[in-house]
Amino acid sequence: MLNVYLNIIFSDSLKILSLVIPVLIAVAMIVWVDRRVWGLVQLRRGPNVVGPFGLLQTVADALKYIFKEIIIPAGSNKIIFILAPVVTMSLALLSWAVIPFGEDIYLTNINVGVLYLFAVSSLSVYGIIMAGWASNSKYPFLGALRSAAQMVSYEVSIGFVIVTVLLCVGSLNLVDIVIAQKKVWFAVPLFPMFIIFFISALAETNRPPFDLPEAEAELVSGYQTEYSGMMYALFWLGEYANILLMCAMGSVLFLGGWLSPIDLYPFNLIPTPLWLIFKIFILFIAFALIKAIVPRYRYDQLMRLGWKVFLPISLAWVVIVSGFLVYFKKVPIN
Amino acid sequence: MLAHALVFYLFSFITIASSLAVISARNTIHAVFFLILDFVSVSCLFIMMGAEYLGMLTLIVYVGAVAVLFLFVVMMLNVNFKELKSGFLGYVPFGAFIGIVLLIEIGIMLGTWRYKDKFIKTSEIEIDNDFSNTEAIGNVLYTDYLHYFQISGLILLVAMIGAILLTFRRKDNLKRQDITKQVSRERADGVLLSEIESFKGVKLND
Repeated sequence: MLNVYLNIIFSDSLKILSLVIPVLIAVAMIVWVDRRVWGLVQLRRGPNVVGPFGLLQTVADALKYIFKEIIIPAGSNKIIFILAPVVTMSLALLSWAVIPFGEDIYLTNINVGVLYLFAVSSLSVYGIIMAGWASNSKYPFLGALRSAAQMVSYEVSIGFVIVTVLLCVGSLNLVDIVIAQKKVWFAVPLFPMFIIFFISALAETNRPPFDLPEAEAELVSGYQTEYSGMMYALFWLGEYANILLMCAMGSVLFLGGWLSPIDLYPFNLIPTPLWLIFKIFILFIAFALIKAIVPRYRYDQLMRLGWKVFLPISLAWVVIVSGFLVYFKKVPIN
Repeated sequence: MLAHALVFYLFSFITIASSLAVISARNTIHAVFFLILDFVSVSCLFIMMGAEYLGMLTLIVYVGAVAVLFLFVVMMLNVNFKELKSGFLGYVPFGAFIGIVLLIEIGIMLGTWRYKDKFIKTSEIEIDNDFSNTEAIGNVLYTDYLHYFQISGLILLVAMIGAILLTFRRKDNLKRQDITKQVSRERADGVLLSEIESFKGVKLND
């Protein structure tokens, strides 16, 4: 009996590790890509010294963080202070469990995959609030409050975007969502929704132009101000893991997930996970370019965009899409 | 099955322990965090009972939105614990009254537990295993309970409008940013190039 359980636990942890370790490596590489793109846009070289093309720059940075002293402020709430980066990092890794890399290549395939993704991404606000409050310092607290309001506001429009996709699929299962895009990717018929999702994803992950929680000109470094060493590195890696996850979510919901763009001979041979990784990479390049090009929003403009522009548009699209589906009798019923 | 039961009781234990911690925590922020832990473990219980839709909805609505606002408000409050404790004895009679009422209610509930089959029809809706429970809930909610559903939506809307009205303050001479106006501004609207003759200057009309 015990043998069976141990066996299950062992094989499951092996599966989890085979997903988590590539994700962590991808995070390290994507940080390098981000800085490299940023450098190229500003006519600099970017990190190019450590390893071939500077590929090992992130590893070097992480090593530096590991060997630095962790400073815990005397007035901080120590347990929550230490818990905050752990929560951020683990939530960022948690969502990868449901991302399908192929018709039967996934860690878990649950009925409510989209809701799971949405739930875990809405939890990630806690890492930031905990950090801001536990630091017991003004800048982190202001940053955390900004971030909480921002993430809650943009989740609303992400929710409506997901609803429009679900209306077209008729299932909450991520594998079903990808299979429903065999004829045409949802980015084509639902193009405005794709744009809204993309911009909301920027806001949800605190990326520029919406990086107000850590606006260095006003708030030093926002909720990360009091963090140092490995705990800072955890925030930093968790943020990038979240960004990758948002790119994965965008490619699963709108860009056909693991499906190849053309269902013809030479493209069919490429293994499905590579297509998904390729799409995630393309979306990430867009994230990186936006970071380099677009100036930061003011806070009231950010709120205006979320509540007065995105919410009405996405709400209207939910009505239009459902009206269209009912009128032309295309409601997916399984 | 044994492992399933063990994990289930682990989550139930966490649920009860954290809800006890909510009412006994000295620090209000800690109390809210325990409340969040409570919500999370309740949603885990839902998932373990096969109601994955309800579990996820608990996570999204309660943990992702409601508890964030709780935390927001509690962080803003500056709670003075000494002042709170000084008036403790004054609340004892009222608290005891509520406690006794709750105790009687629990007693009535436990006492009539064995008659429940006579009073409550356990399930009129047949459980169909072909449906996922998301579909099952949708089938009930948007057919039999459509009116209740819409009325509850309307009540929430009214509450929201009420809250906005209560906190709304009209300010006169407030300068608002009009983004379409800013974006549609042309060069000709803002810049005037003029040759200025010496000792004559230009007339500006403002």
